[in-house]
Amino acid sequence: MRVTRFLKMRLMTHNMLTSHVKGVTNGYPLILEATETNEKEIDFNPEFIAKMIPRIEWSALVNAMEKLGKADLIPEEVADEYENDEDFLHKAHHALLEIDVIKGNLVCPQSGRKFPISNGIPNMLLNEDEV
Amino acid sequence: MATKKRPEHYGPAHIFYNDEEAQKYTTNTRMIEIQTEMTERAIELLNLPPDKPSLLLDLGCGSGLSGECLTDLGHSWIGIDISRSMLDIARERDVEGDTILGDMGEGICFRPGTFDGAISISALQWLCNADKKCHNPVKRVYHFFETLYASMKHGSRAIFQVYPENPQQLEMLTSQAIRAGFGGGVVVDYPNSTKAKKIFLCLFCGVTNISMPKARGTDVSQNQSVMFTQRNSRIHKRQKSIKKSRDWIEEKKERRRRQGKNVRSSTKYSGRKRKPHF
Repeated sequence: MRVTRFLKMRLMTHNMLTSHVKGVTNGYPLILEATETNEKEIDFNPEFIAKMIPRIEWSALVNAMEKLGKADLIPEEVADEYENDEDFLHKAHHALLEIDVIKGNLVCPQSGRKFPISNGIPNMLLNEDEV
Repeated sequence: MATKKRPEHYGPAHIFYNDEEAQKYTTNTRMIEIQTEMTERAIELLNLPPDKPSLLLDLGCGSGLSGECLTDLGHSWIGIDISRSMLDIARERDVEGDTILGDMGEGICFRPGTFDGAISISALQWLCNADKKCHNPVKRVYHFFETLYASMKHGSRAIFQVYPENPQQLEMLTSQAIRAGFGGGVVVDYPNSTKAKKIFLCLFCGVTNISMPKARGTDVSQNQSVMFTQRNSRIHKRQKSIKKSRDWIEEKKERRRRQGKNVRSSTKYSGRKRKPHF
């Protein structure tokens, strides 16, 4: 029998999402309000993580981890030579890929518009007047 | 011509792809086969650096059929789709990527320079419809391309497999993409076959002077305009070969070859009559 795993929104995705409500100039980072999270193991791929690090807004990731109460699992700054820093890459891997948000909200920092997350799928649909 | 009405005409995507339709779509082996084939071709056109994991955007990811191809090749992906039913199926199927419920026409809500590439299989034509009173397809398409351009890395590509309803629609999509800053054009695979013909919109982000990828099922010497003149001249001559003759068989084989079908090469036995048997 196949084990059904919940679809998820990983913190990597949260780190890349912005608010696109009309008139919002600074819709990043979205504030994460998680009511249900899940953790699972994923194969560690150092090459991929190292490639992603320059694209990640690290402070936003640290903030999100704080919101989840896991701030101690992640260093505050990106390590200088992160490509070769196995320990750092492992921590980044855990934070970016292994923590799933299943239920909660993403809140636009400027307009306060809430984007609900249900079943791990963030609903980014806008209303007619927000396009 | 198409025997069935186009799905876009039944209603908006998020209503057309309800639970039942989404289930049908994902369990139909023929659909799966076609989708997989087109995804593989799109990935080939993406021209990603070999053996390196990339982060890709799947626009109109649906139930994750195309996403699974990406996973198989070792890439990570994030998918966007407007149909919740499709995404729910994706969840049941346990796909690797993250999925987001969103409307492409409302813009791509990602930070600048995030993706190494984007693919979209049979989704873009949905954007050409106005499903609400406030919708203006041209504006929506432009807004989509504009925000997509921003979310992609410099030098990356976006490949869209589309079923345009008419040439004007394709023209509109291309011109809006170019207006939004993309370079590129259209690649048509197997242009001579009604069934195997596939149209790919290949867009390049921030680079110029790239030669377009070669289409499949075409010869270098004969582009489409040449094809038309050839056909016309044949009509003028109107000398049909005698049925079942060797010439007739050769012509038929040639036609099949142009459609991208698997055709046996001719031998000295082709078109020969069998010996009479007693």
